[in-house]
Amino acid sequence: MGHEVSLKVNGQAITETVEARTLLVDLLRETLGLTGTHVGCDTSQCGACVVHVDGVAVKSCTLLAVQLEGRDVVTIEGIADGDTLHPMQAAFHEHHGLQCGFCTPGMVMSAIDLLNNNPDPSEREIRAGLEGNLCRCTGYHNIVKAIAACAEGS
Amino acid sequence: MYDFRYHRPATLDEASALLADCEDGVYLAGGQTLVSTLKQRLAQPSDVIDLAKIDGLSGVKALGDTIEVGAMTPHAKVAASGDVQKAIPALASLAATIGDPQVRNQGTMGGSLATNDPAADYPAAVLALKATVHTDRREIAADDFFCDLFETALEPGEIITKVSFPLPERAGYAKFPNPASRYAMVGVMVADLGGAVRVAVTGAGPCVFRQRDMEAALATSFTAEAIADIAMAHDGFNDDIHGSAEYRAHLVTVMARRAVAPAD
Repeated sequence: MGHEVSLKVNGQAITETVEARTLLVDLLRETLGLTGTHVGCDTSQCGACVVHVDGVAVKSCTLLAVQLEGRDVVTIEGIADGDTLHPMQAAFHEHHGLQCGFCTPGMVMSAIDLLNNNPDPSEREIRAGLEGNLCRCTGYHNIVKAIAACAEGS
Repeated sequence: MYDFRYHRPATLDEASALLADCEDGVYLAGGQTLVSTLKQRLAQPSDVIDLAKIDGLSGVKALGDTIEVGAMTPHAKVAASGDVQKAIPALASLAATIGDPQVRNQGTMGGSLATNDPAADYPAAVLALKATVHTDRREIAADDFFCDLFETALEPGEIITKVSFPLPERAGYAKFPNPASRYAMVGVMVADLGGAVRVAVTGAGPCVFRQRDMEAALATSFTAEAIADIAMAHDGFNDDIHGSAEYRAHLVTVMARRAVAPAD
């Protein structure tokens, strides 16, 4: 059955008709073509699908699109300022905080939320803050370095 | 996921009327259990009734001798609440160990309690702290709320609105988390309510329960040593690939000691 849902995605107001069972990540990827948000495990473990809803990080594979009525969603595509990378993206680039890159969008979105809540985290706090994000390449070390550098730089 | 009818009521009355009219309806709070359950086709409700747009169900209130947590308050808000950290630090630190940061931003206290997952953290806090579960119909004492595996005292259609926690003199929570899911293999909350000590165990059995031998021992001496020799029987305990019933029984005493030590 079709449901109309109106929300903001990366600052743009959109209205789409979705099935009740449509997941937010599918609305983003399939309907809106925002394929930067990835689906890794599809069981809310891996964090590749992390986006921000009203400014906080959530797993878009475990939200129904209809739950987003009136909410403000930001994806990895929405954080750069034109050609200027978001400071967290720049830090990941600078410190090579990625190997295959599949987990990166979720890592970056989680990392931004982490610093929003704790602008000066210890290494331990960064690692704990990434509990919900898995990197199958096990490239955590540089991810942690990138987040620490971003915190220092800001 | 099977499809279903979706509703977004604006009031509690509208929500319960919708549920009463459904063939097989279910309420949606944060969805961190329900959406996964639907995706795995472990449930096939005819209707999903989203409680997110009902006013007044979210937030923390400090009321002097109690802390009230709205049913739709996400775990992250409980963990970060200055009022909770000050009045019941063990409750804030428990909330900070549920799932992962993204799950904590979306999952809610009411959803967790209504689900009553045998390995969830909040049931241990509600039972040990002798909280009261408020619904759209009545107040339910913690001792009467948790009935069995995924079973609570909630009647069909009844909605949790808030939970009120009396302030303990001291309390502590320790859990041995499953390394993948962060659910409790065993979690133990101990609370000294001034005159009465309560010990609640989650993750070990089919439903959260009180460990009365430990309560009696801690009432005499609120120290880890007082319960170090209390062995937990493992009859009826969960036994799965993550740990045997005997292992979980052993963990109960270990976690209880760890919960008491910082609370002492």
